[in-house]
Amino acid sequence: MSFWSDIVWPVVVIAAQSVLLLVLLLIVVAFILLADRKIWAAVQIRRGPNVVGPFGLFQSFADLLKFVLKEPVIPSGSAKGLFLLAPLVTTTLALLAWVVVPVADGWVIADINVGVLFILAISSLSVYGAIMGGWASNSKYPFLSALRCAAQMVSYEVSIGLVIITVLLCAGSLNISAIVRSQETGLATMIGLPWLSFLNWYWLPLLPMFVVFFVSALAETNRPPFDLAEAESELVAGYMVEYGSTPYMMFMLGEYVAICTMCAMMALLFMGGWMPPINVAPFTWVPGIVWFLLKALLMFFFVAMAKAMVPRYRYDQLMRLGWKVFLPLSLIYVVLVAGVLQLTGWGA
Amino acid sequence: MIQALFFYLFAAITIASAVMVISSRNPVHSVLFLILAFVNAAGLFMLAGAEFLALLLIVVYVGAVAVLFLFVVMMLDVDFVELRQGFMQYLPIGMLVGLIFLAELLMVAGAWVFAPEATATATAPIPDPAQVSNTLALGQLLYTRYVYFFQVAGFVLLVAMIGAITLTLRHRAYVRRQNVSVQVARTRATSIEVKHVEPGRGL
Repeated sequence: MSFWSDIVWPVVVIAAQSVLLLVLLLIVVAFILLADRKIWAAVQIRRGPNVVGPFGLFQSFADLLKFVLKEPVIPSGSAKGLFLLAPLVTTTLALLAWVVVPVADGWVIADINVGVLFILAISSLSVYGAIMGGWASNSKYPFLSALRCAAQMVSYEVSIGLVIITVLLCAGSLNISAIVRSQETGLATMIGLPWLSFLNWYWLPLLPMFVVFFVSALAETNRPPFDLAEAESELVAGYMVEYGSTPYMMFMLGEYVAICTMCAMMALLFMGGWMPPINVAPFTWVPGIVWFLLKALLMFFFVAMAKAMVPRYRYDQLMRLGWKVFLPLSLIYVVLVAGVLQLTGWGA
Repeated sequence: MIQALFFYLFAAITIASAVMVISSRNPVHSVLFLILAFVNAAGLFMLAGAEFLALLLIVVYVGAVAVLFLFVVMMLDVDFVELRQGFMQYLPIGMLVGLIFLAELLMVAGAWVFAPEATATATAPIPDPAQVSNTLALGQLLYTRYVYFFQVAGFVLLVAMIGAITLTLRHRAYVRRQNVSVQVARTRATSIEVKHVEPGRGL
């Protein structure tokens, strides 16, 4: 009896939760892909995808069908095992990060003590998809792109790590739910207006770090203006040159899920996760997952706008920004935050 | 039971991939097996309840160090078949070194004694592990109790870093260096000169 209730039942529950999260996440990603293209089109005064379904709403599903039904081509000179493993690694790792993301109070599959570190570890692993894909293709543009991608992601992980440290210092915990809960009180309660709960969140006291995190998240996920790994004017399509059909789709899916993870991280670490922006009646009735989704989607809107509006960086400028601007800035801010917390005793 | 199952799974994969690191023909595959070994070692840490160390192992070793390994190995153009030619010739020396290491390890393990006061704290650790997460416990030990040792270790690394930079830094006089602030500070007045050229005269 205990075998069933202690081992089998929890496994079934976790599997069911994971499948539910996965399906919902993939549906959200399908529409986020469309939103990305629509926003991009709107900035350029185009219509964007508008043929499949009403307002082009089913465009992503049509694309999915197209990718899956095409023949996958594996170059004869490639390392075949690694060539197919690379997109799998990218997608699996990107999806894996969502296991610790609390989408509402208590709505999380694995509420582990070191959730933030888990996401950091997963995002540092995701560079392997690009490196393996670039190397296994046995072609010069993918290889150059893999090198670029690796250097870029390793560089920006440093500043992301330091930004997360400032948040951890304020929250006093590595558990993501605890970090969100620590934003229940803050500046607004300090100035005596507790109903203005959006002032409680970390985006205001840590505003420079929020900006650094946003820009680093763009670089970490190879989003424009930092999409140098797939700069089409120099490297054709980067490490994805030799990929087609389903493997290519998995790369793209992994990339978009990673972007969603970063948006969710910004919503959780800096914008109070599932908490309503104003703590009065009509807002507090709305369930937490709606607020979380709205915040994450707002962040995605900014990400999409950055793609539409900012021209691509040059590679040396990218490295300079990461190592000479963001690293010192975030280091100084870590020392500053630690000092302020120690002197005032605000820290947990 | 499930813990034991996962322990043997992780341990078996760690050992198997460690063997593959030294036996696979392609150096890139070697590094990828090394990464697999790291990840499984992180799994073992996780089973031991040291989740902070486990994730740190992944962030630092897999996410940064192994990426640099992979970088270097992918850029190298070494014929490894040729390198393996003298393999049998070095085998006796290699086995001798291995045996000496094994003997030393056995000697250390045989003469292992716990400090008497350590056994007392190990049975009843202070602070109580149920109250303090291992991130907090590690932080208190590393940054509060042994903060000076930590700082000294940091300085040792800094010295090593400065050494590496001074060894590889070359100032070449003929290379024109880029100064970003000068580039950004350029205005129309400083960079363009408009000349009135009369027809038929030239400058």
